[in-house]
Amino acid sequence: MTEGIPISHFLIVSAIMFFTGIYGFIVRRNLITILMSIELILNSVNINFVVFNKYLYPEHLEGQFFSLFIIAIAAAEAAVAIAIIINIYRRFSTINVENVNEMKH
Amino acid sequence: MTNDQIMFYLFAAIISICSVMTVVSRRILRAAVFLLFVLIATAGMYFMLEYFFLAGVQLMLYAGGIVVLIIFSILLTSHINQKFQLPSWRKVVPTIAAVALGLFLCITTILHYTFKPSAGMEQAKHNLHDIGLKLLDTGANGYALPFEAISILLLAAMIAASVIAKKN
Amino acid sequence: MEFSYTIWIVLIPLFTFLITGLFGHKFKPLVSGIIGTSGLGTAFILSIYTAWKYFFQHGAHEGFEKIIGFNTVWLQLTDKLHIDLGVLIDPISVMMLIVVTTVSFMVHIYSLGYMKGDPGFSRFFAFLSLFSFSMLGLVVATNIFQMYIFWELVGVSSFLLIGYYYEKESAVAASKKAFIVTRFADFGFLIGILILSYFTGTFDFKELTDPASVAIASSKGVMFMGMSVVSLALVLIFMGGAGKSAMFPLHIWLPDAMEGPTPVSALIHAATMVVAGVYLVARLFPIFSLTSPDALEVVAYVGAFSSLFAAVIACTQFDIKRVLAFSTMSQIGYMMLALGVSGYGHEEGLGFTASMFHLFTHAMFKALLFLGAGAIIHAVHSNDMKDMGNLRKYMPITHITFLIALLAIAGIPPFSGFWSKDEILVAAFEHNKLIFYSSLFVAGLTAFYMTRLYLSIFWGKKTHYHHTPHEAPWLMTIPLIFLAILAALAGFIPFGELVTSDGHAFHAGFHIQIAAPATLTAIIGMSIAAVLYMKESDLPNRIVKSIHGIHHVIYRKFFIDEIYMFVTKKIIFNNISKPIAWFDRHVIDGTMNGIALSVLWTSKKIKGLQSGQLQDYGYAFLAGVLVLVFLFVFIASKF
Repeated sequence: MTEGIPISHFLIVSAIMFFTGIYGFIVRRNLITILMSIELILNSVNINFVVFNKYLYPEHLEGQFFSLFIIAIAAAEAAVAIAIIINIYRRFSTINVENVNEMKH
Repeated sequence: MTNDQIMFYLFAAIISICSVMTVVSRRILRAAVFLLFVLIATAGMYFMLEYFFLAGVQLMLYAGGIVVLIIFSILLTSHINQKFQLPSWRKVVPTIAAVALGLFLCITTILHYTFKPSAGMEQAKHNLHDIGLKLLDTGANGYALPFEAISILLLAAMIAASVIAKKN
Repeated sequence: MEFSYTIWIVLIPLFTFLITGLFGHKFKPLVSGIIGTSGLGTAFILSIYTAWKYFFQHGAHEGFEKIIGFNTVWLQLTDKLHIDLGVLIDPISVMMLIVVTTVSFMVHIYSLGYMKGDPGFSRFFAFLSLFSFSMLGLVVATNIFQMYIFWELVGVSSFLLIGYYYEKESAVAASKKAFIVTRFADFGFLIGILILSYFTGTFDFKELTDPASVAIASSKGVMFMGMSVVSLALVLIFMGGAGKSAMFPLHIWLPDAMEGPTPVSALIHAATMVVAGVYLVARLFPIFSLTSPDALEVVAYVGAFSSLFAAVIACTQFDIKRVLAFSTMSQIGYMMLALGVSGYGHEEGLGFTASMFHLFTHAMFKALLFLGAGAIIHAVHSNDMKDMGNLRKYMPITHITFLIALLAIAGIPPFSGFWSKDEILVAAFEHNKLIFYSSLFVAGLTAFYMTRLYLSIFWGKKTHYHHTPHEAPWLMTIPLIFLAILAALAGFIPFGELVTSDGHAFHAGFHIQIAAPATLTAIIGMSIAAVLYMKESDLPNRIVKSIHGIHHVIYRKFFIDEIYMFVTKKIIFNNISKPIAWFDRHVIDGTMNGIALSVLWTSKKIKGLQSGQLQDYGYAFLAGVLVLVFLFVFIASKF
């Protein structure tokens, strides 16, 4: 279904999503919004794997499987991250990342 | 313009705009919802690429699981009506510069590189039946090992999450 | 002839210094005194033996040559240049050995009585021994560097002894002043030594003063700024000598040095240390007279001016030690000018012989004057001549010995001063009439102010003392008597046969045409003083009032001290020291502090990298990755 769409277009979309995620990771203050930016990054990488598999190595399945695993890992990581965030909320009463800075010089 | 192309550009637009809105929006619940839209549009792209199983998994796990988890945690920890402060310029300007540079590097590399498809053009089968068999295949090219590893990881994550979030 | 035992003359005082200095607090004070005195006594006997042996046994048939009694190489600088330590025996060094050991021995005996009861008694004797060692080492030096080493040692001993009463602020200030002024002069001395030894290639006196030596010949032609380098070096060396001998304008320390105990003034500032400058010029006399007559001119004029300058000031002072100090400066001026007008060889060298002769006699009668002044101060408890009078009734021995010294210094025959001063005047008359007339005038002034001093102390009508002054104890009067005998009889020593500029004896005759005017001037000076001071009268005060302005300038020593303070404080401190101090504090320290501060600033900035902010770390990571990608993908791929 994707004849006529060159591979580079997909890659550009995933690049935009990737860098947007990075921007959000660095700029946002709330820990949960940082987590959301990380999910964006992981998602963009997923698209990349799938697209390379489809366009460049259609007889292999690695890309798709890898994406499956990435989704599973992302879910596990989000769960643990949220557990940590809740713990931080209990300790500091805030989930502003600028206040969680005790490991400094 | 074929229908495929229209659909692709539609999905691409949704992904781009909604991802930017996620990171820019001043209300946290709106950011979560924009994330949801991004993930759904990605699933749409997977459907377009004929990876149906993956698209389904994306919708179930990512859009349905992770975003819900995020929303629960938002409700637990934040004042949902509160508007975020705008980030300070000292953060925004260098980040935009770095991101723009990175984007520039990536796009120029993508556009100048000639992607050579491999020799064998025979499509592999990705229906559910074959994926399942491949997952538990212990022979060559089988994915039994990563499958088991993932299961251990999920176990570990479950235990970790319970322990960390425990109230003592 | 065997002279190597002479090293002991120098070393015995060193050992007594070490013993009394290190262990003095363990003995009773008198024991330190006895140790010091017996050490010096031994040195005195050895010196007399050396003199007898050298002058009468050795020299009688061979002429007086320089003998190295003892020599050891101390520091080898290059192949040819080395610094030795040794003992040189020649007429002037043997004569100086006698002078130094005699006066030092007398001062030691005297101090046993004078310093009795003083809490620092052992320390005093230790310093006296140190000084004796340094002076003896200076006098027998075989090379100019050894002389410089002992020169500095003598300066240090003088510093220690002037500042002996260290709790008194004026004494401390005086000792600092003496040390700094002489040190400043020694700066010129050192540069002179270096220039001289560079151009002649040697430090050794025997080589430097041998008229036929290669050393002098090789350096003769080299010129610098219109003056030959040897002359320049000799003038600088003379600067060192002028400092030690208190010649104008480096004389400012000598009046203040009277803050030290009187035995110290007798030993150091009358007889021995202050003549070190004269001795230095005498030692280098062959180079002075044969290669640099212009340097010798400088010596003559400085000496003549200093003698006139000091004599004028001495007429106005009331502190008896200050009068004696200026008198010393004046007499040393005589010695310097005698050297300055002298020629070289046989009768031409009369000035040299006269200068050495005067050094010898002056040491005796000046030490006698100071020790007598000490006895007077000890009895009256004051230095001021206005507090004294009529002491001849109370202190007969002191009176007679003081009178003998007065007659000697005034130049009345047959006392020793007459003979030596006569020879100086003859030498001056032959070579420089201006200096001759100035010296004649100074002789008159000397007679005047010394008689003024004598009459104010021993005559007059003062009969009121709070407690009666008594004669000094015998420990103090024995040295007075001994020195008085020497002051009376030393004039009869035939110096011309013993100490001459080139080692060959000549007969110094008696010139009535010089002696008569000189004696007449002296008698006129003494008579004027007698008229003014013998009886209580108002005449002195009226004279002072009539020349009030000039008198005030002279009384304040021509304000030389004030000029020095002005130049150093206002000019040097403000314009040179302050900018240098500012430079040191702000530029040099500033650079160091600046380096430290910039390191601190850099580290603070680097510390800031570990801010604890998660997003800063993420940004750093991103930036690093982008840079690497840029480098590897874009730049590296071009190569």
